[in-house]
Amino acid sequence: MSEMRFSSADMGGFLKKNNVTILFIVLCIGSFFASSYTLPSLFAELFTRIGRNTFLVLSLLIPVIAGLGLNFGIVIGAIAAQIAIFLVVHWGVNGFAGLMLCVVICTPLAILFGYLVGRLFNSMKGTEMIGGLVAGYFSDGLYQLLFLFILGGVIPISNKTLMISTGVGVKNVINLEGNLKYSLDNMPMISILDAAFWAVLAVSALLIVYRLVKKQELRLKKVLAVFIPVAAVYALSFIPAVAAFLSTPRLQLLNAVELGSLGIALYNLYRIIRFKMVGKHAGLPIKPLIYIAGAAAVYACTYVPVLFDSLVAVQLPVLTYLSIAALCLFTSWFMNTKLGQDMRTVGQNRAVATSSGIDVNRVRIIAMIMSTVLASYGQLICLQNIGTVATYGSHQTVGLYAIAALLVGGASVNHATTKQAVLGVVLFHTLFILSSNAGKMLLGNAQIGEYFRVFVAYGVIAVALAMHAWSAKGSGKKPPEGPVATGFIPTLESGSPGNSQAQ
Amino acid sequence: MASVQKAVKDFGLPRIIIIAFFLLLLLMAAVSGMDMLALLGDVLRRWGMYGILILAMVPSIQCGIGPNFGVTIGIVGGLVSALITIDMRFHGFFSGPAGAITQSLFAIFLAVVISGVFGILYGLLLNRVKGSEMTVTTYIGFSIVALFNILWLTLPFRSPTSIWPLAGEGLRNTISLQDDFSGILNNFLAFKIGSMQVPTGLLLLFFIACFFVWLFTKSRMGMMMTAAGANPKFAQAAGINVNGMRILGTTISTALGGVGIICYAQSFGFLQLYNAPQMMGFACVASVLIGGASIKSARIFHVLLGAFLFHGMLAVALPVANNIIPEGNLSEILRIIISNGIILYALSKSREVAK
Repeated sequence: MSEMRFSSADMGGFLKKNNVTILFIVLCIGSFFASSYTLPSLFAELFTRIGRNTFLVLSLLIPVIAGLGLNFGIVIGAIAAQIAIFLVVHWGVNGFAGLMLCVVICTPLAILFGYLVGRLFNSMKGTEMIGGLVAGYFSDGLYQLLFLFILGGVIPISNKTLMISTGVGVKNVINLEGNLKYSLDNMPMISILDAAFWAVLAVSALLIVYRLVKKQELRLKKVLAVFIPVAAVYALSFIPAVAAFLSTPRLQLLNAVELGSLGIALYNLYRIIRFKMVGKHAGLPIKPLIYIAGAAAVYACTYVPVLFDSLVAVQLPVLTYLSIAALCLFTSWFMNTKLGQDMRTVGQNRAVATSSGIDVNRVRIIAMIMSTVLASYGQLICLQNIGTVATYGSHQTVGLYAIAALLVGGASVNHATTKQAVLGVVLFHTLFILSSNAGKMLLGNAQIGEYFRVFVAYGVIAVALAMHAWSAKGSGKKPPEGPVATGFIPTLESGSPGNSQAQ
Repeated sequence: MASVQKAVKDFGLPRIIIIAFFLLLLLMAAVSGMDMLALLGDVLRRWGMYGILILAMVPSIQCGIGPNFGVTIGIVGGLVSALITIDMRFHGFFSGPAGAITQSLFAIFLAVVISGVFGILYGLLLNRVKGSEMTVTTYIGFSIVALFNILWLTLPFRSPTSIWPLAGEGLRNTISLQDDFSGILNNFLAFKIGSMQVPTGLLLLFFIACFFVWLFTKSRMGMMMTAAGANPKFAQAAGINVNGMRILGTTISTALGGVGIICYAQSFGFLQLYNAPQMMGFACVASVLIGGASIKSARIFHVLLGAFLFHGMLAVALPVANNIIPEGNLSEILRIIISNGIILYALSKSREVAK
């Protein structure tokens, strides 16, 4: 009896903790059935949007961990990206080279902007979120000044196709068709593989030479353990059939699922063999077997007609998804470095961090710089996929939708993980795709659905912020301390506004 | 020298910069041969037009919730009441010679009621989120605007002035008040000095509202509210119902927002629905901060000065900027930069006070 009560309390806690996420799952399912979308058409659009937006959402994680809350200032990173895109399009550098040039230009810009925002946030500890929002609007004003008056007005621009007919100010829309569109998305797998092979070869060679020169232990085994699989896959790519498969610009989701299942099955088979041959253990290990069964089940699912149609409908942009995966790995790795641990400490308690010798302000500035730089890359990824830049609009809603997505995934003001970011993007953008269609089907007015999704985005943020303040207030009720709190004070309010944390 | 520095510090560097900029703009306008009196009339009109909306910041700052970024809630309430009076006029109310005046007074009355109710609910919520009111109010305000976007499409208003003429469904983006109370306050007792039009009624209402809020802050209740905002712990110890005072301040602020938008709309001549109110809260906060208020304290004088400086400056900047650079909207960009810049400045200063 007591056990049952315990589990139901657990269940209640789970529901309460993930209420926004669960509500969203229900909303998504509901609007899917209300809409005229089929699973394949939804999948095709959803995976485009995942590739487009996940990087931006991931750029929010580091400030959350460093205690800066939700970084509404990622708009500023997006601005850096758009300045870079303008310049690159103006100079006429196309394709992947153009994109890399964008990265080269926007990185120092974003570092500078991030540094300035970090400095600003250090002067307004406790009100960073509203500060970030206002800073976003402020820099939007400066950006408009730059793009409407300074470019062409003060700085002469020779490329007239980008400018308004008077020559002063940039047009509303910068078209990326034929220069930067899909420059990342359509990178063929074979080129990625080539680059990876040569990079690994170069790194391995340098490592060996370095260790020889320094007279260190060579540790060849470890180097080869990385090099041989890469080289093997590279060698495989010389088989004509494989080469033909790899030279397509995108990877069909069906093939990705098949390859993934195969990879997992092979890896676990290798684990079992090693377990029996090298370890000489008795019996069979359970975990690899479960993985193999899981992979087989996933593969079997691809034979379900609806799923098969959906999986065939999606063409994954390989390099984009690889960059997202790399950023996920980077974030998890970074959090275990010294700097990452410092950020965590600062995020939990600035007073403790200061007393343990961490330069709090410096760590916070670094967090802001990283977030701004990543946000600018995220905006580059997003815009090269969309193919047009709304010069005065593309950056404006970046913060809103990224933050709403992160919160939908179950994150809060002081806790966020990569898993929540990815889940949030999936759920939020499912609703984003479906809502206007569902609104049209249910109420006969697509506009209502569009307003509804904006309302949901703002509402999710408002609810998350309110819940955060609410729970912070609840947990912040400490017993009265010191001589100030004399007996006649009935209840202590937890801190006056703006005076969030004593240092 | 030291006394000069102290005087500068007391008056606030941003205000000095803005006054200097205002004077510079006036000078440029005079040099480029504009009709200065007409321009000053415009400054006066905009002063009164935004005045009450900015006044709404005072009770909220004094009661401790900080600058009310969520004044949009009150604004939305005011819009609803204006729409109700338009529909009533359509159904035959407010006919006769004094129709427009009774209509506008009734709209103001309704705005106080509707926005007041919104304000109470809003205040109840804000008592639960102490310490992060600014972020929460901003996003509550945004959500309300988005929610009302849906409602504007679905609410059963039927006056042909308000709804789209062809589709017949949903309210228009901008609704002309030509047949309703457009300019009714502006023209009340209005007089001309040369080409300067003085909107007496508008300014009178603004000053009366300021006077009442001032009177309220000097009353026993107002003193209690200010004490609750300035030092909640101490106020609680002295037996003041801090939460009640916060709700009171929020309600007054929100109701003033509702009245403010009606004064704004009658002066402008149009009701603006959908996303138009979204950033109005920011403009109001910026104005009162320019007037010299901080995140934690505001007086009526700050409202008068801030409204005059910020909106007067924009009124002058618009023709001057168009004179220099005809294309583009330089004064709009100026507005964005100045209003958000001053909010950032005040936020970064609030930390020093808190230390």
